[in-house]
Amino acid sequence: MTCEYNLYDPSWCPGCGNFMIRKALKQALEELEIPPHMAVVVTGIGQAAKMPHYIGTNGFNGLHGRALPPAIGIKLSNKELTVIAESGDGDTYGEGGNHFIHTIRRNVNIAHFVHDNQIYGLTKGQGSPTTAMGQVTTLQFDGVKIEPVKPLALSLTMGAGFVARGFSGDVPQLVELMKEAIQYKGYAHLDIFQPCVVWNKVNTFQWYKDRVYKLPEDYDYTDFNAAYEKSLEFGDKIPTGILYKVEKETYEDRFQFIKDGPPLVDAELNPMDAEKLLKDFY
Amino acid sequence: MDYTILIGGAAGQGIETVVLLLEKTIKRSGYHVFTYKNYMSMVRGGHNFMQVRFSDKPITTYSTKVDMIFAMTEETVDFHIGNLKEDGLVILDEEHHRGQDYVHLTLQSIAKEIGNQKVVPTVGFGAIAKYFDLDLEIAIKALGETFKGKVLDLNIEALNRGYELVQTQFSLEKKKDDRIIINGNQALALGAIAAGVKYYCGYPMTPSTSVMSYISAKSKEMGIVVDQIEDEVGALNMALGASYAGTRAMTGSSGGGFALMVEALSLSGILEQPVVVVNAQRPGPATGLSTRTEQADLRFVIHAGHGEFPKMVIALRNPQDAFYQTARAFNIAEKYQIPVILMTEEYMTDYMMTIDPLDFGKITIERSIADKPEGKNERYKRYKYTEDGVSPRLIPGKIQGVEILVDSHEHNEYGNIDESIETRINMMKKRMKKLEGLKDELKEPDQLGDENPDILLVGFGATHGALLDAVARLNNDGMSVGALVYGDIWPFPTKLINKLGKNAKKIITVEQNMTGQLESLILEKTRLEIFDRILKYDGRAINGDEIISNLNTILEG
Repeated sequence: MTCEYNLYDPSWCPGCGNFMIRKALKQALEELEIPPHMAVVVTGIGQAAKMPHYIGTNGFNGLHGRALPPAIGIKLSNKELTVIAESGDGDTYGEGGNHFIHTIRRNVNIAHFVHDNQIYGLTKGQGSPTTAMGQVTTLQFDGVKIEPVKPLALSLTMGAGFVARGFSGDVPQLVELMKEAIQYKGYAHLDIFQPCVVWNKVNTFQWYKDRVYKLPEDYDYTDFNAAYEKSLEFGDKIPTGILYKVEKETYEDRFQFIKDGPPLVDAELNPMDAEKLLKDFY
Repeated sequence: MDYTILIGGAAGQGIETVVLLLEKTIKRSGYHVFTYKNYMSMVRGGHNFMQVRFSDKPITTYSTKVDMIFAMTEETVDFHIGNLKEDGLVILDEEHHRGQDYVHLTLQSIAKEIGNQKVVPTVGFGAIAKYFDLDLEIAIKALGETFKGKVLDLNIEALNRGYELVQTQFSLEKKKDDRIIINGNQALALGAIAAGVKYYCGYPMTPSTSVMSYISAKSKEMGIVVDQIEDEVGALNMALGASYAGTRAMTGSSGGGFALMVEALSLSGILEQPVVVVNAQRPGPATGLSTRTEQADLRFVIHAGHGEFPKMVIALRNPQDAFYQTARAFNIAEKYQIPVILMTEEYMTDYMMTIDPLDFGKITIERSIADKPEGKNERYKRYKYTEDGVSPRLIPGKIQGVEILVDSHEHNEYGNIDESIETRINMMKKRMKKLEGLKDELKEPDQLGDENPDILLVGFGATHGALLDAVARLNNDGMSVGALVYGDIWPFPTKLINKLGKNAKKIITVEQNMTGQLESLILEKTRLEIFDRILKYDGRAINGDEIISNLNTILEG
């Protein structure tokens, strides 16, 4: 079975971090030997969200902020599919914030890759939920006035079993993080730093490169308190790698008929199976 | 024979228990039952009432006049005494002494003697049972389905003690019972399960919640995922994901929650992803009257969604209709790859009605999913241009080498973003072309009464029962009256209304809204003239009596 993923011409700006993220995604899927017809990339709207158009997986390019609900619907309907939700920081932490919180609570077996460039790209440079306080944007002329979201601290405290951060400037590490996230049985949150070469003149490639460092070999990613501390580290040094990883029961496994049965989508449908329900109404 | 018992009191006093026992006992004695339910939006206190109507003939509406009022509060008497028939009876506890016109029973003191205040409703039920000569054996069996163990013993004692309190006034001959008793949401849920719904996600909102809770109660047994999601925005997006993966998916809400789904409804339009959505109407705007009824979402629902895309809207008319139409909705959604919206109304979600058993053998499941791509060795075109606008639909993960891309942007045949003029025009035409096939699928409105009437009443949805009752009675009185009641309402079927409307002397619309939304639709889609309208928007359901009196007022001019 061929596991090679086709790539299509993207409309991203030259130098955009999305190119490296796509490269890592292709490599991760191919190394995991997941055939393209078994992988689904579900996205919202934004530059990151155009991913399904540029790589030959199954794709569901839905609405802004709404990548996660369809991803859950897809995974529960067909547990055999590898489901990856992928979108930007505005899409995920802003418009889709409510879904983000409650998807973590569910712990469905999906991988969630958030392209985090700390700015709105497609709509041309407005502040995003991860833009720093005080940063001047094309909309916040005298600086952003609200505190940024701390995505990893948020997912950790909501109970995510897999929390990680990568950087588009380090593809080999990103490939490994994506593979880990895809193989993790449950909801895996991977926040990926990427520069926006056009709209974010603060968080540039160099800005990230100067700050990111890999978590040390002896870091214990099962230690929640350590992970929490690392999730808040966002100054001169910012850690990358797996901050937290523990085993948890998945949402779909709490449905016995999904856990033990064939994929929901393969169920035989017969109206007569429901006739027995009528007895309650006599 | 045709009797109505009104049971009223505060929330939490056990009205539901009395009604449930009455419904079961009367139905199982072989009679038709129709219970009209009237709630306030509170869990304790307030004034709630229900009217149990029963007859040896089919009943499709509630009656304005009642034969008995069983009042658990004095307020019940004040509110409803005007509806009591001249020879009617009011029963209330001796504690609420209201003079000698009323029958005061020792309900509470009996309950005290039995040692449990919670049996007061059952004592009352015992008295009603005796008054209407209900079969004690059937009544005790019904008790056994509601209560268990020691509590059941107490209730049987309460029933017997209540039974001694009054004299029998009517005699009910026991008949064969082969009907079911059901409400609109239960029937809707059964229709969905019969049609093979495997994914129901939603957020609780009255009066839609009971669809979700019924399916949830059967989810393990039937292998259905029922997911209470964080909001209605997520609900429809999630259902579309499930549909993309190939399961039959559904969501539902009431006006406010449906409003939150509207963006995703438009998504369903451009993704061409089949889905069934329930909008159980209640009076707005905004929170409005949460537990009351209205038909004011018609215009909103048929136009819901930004941009232009084909959809179908079906107004459910009664429990029977809810069952068959819901099952049909899944087939149509998949055949045309469109959203189908089922509109129901609080009145119908709550009223209980005896009907012939639902026929599961009549339900067909037509998935309209292709099992292989048409061309070999070429990239799958999810949005392939075809004669009828419907592209062969495949689902992901089933065929090696075939990946399925759906997209919310304007896209080309592969599903890739494409802003070219040519693609835009072709794709718009392709999607809207599906309306042509859909129009052939439409069912004309249900025709009631005179086949070629002078006076043509036109309504939609749950006013069906009231119109059926009114038209039959007016025909009996020799009036040339007929009615059309719309089920399929968007696209709007015009054949039958044009045919009858041209010959009718007067067309009068009957709607539960203030602005005459159906009327405006008729004016938009036909050249007919509307003579007058009966509009009710006080949050309470219209019945046959009101239609007749309103019609008489109109005709007297």
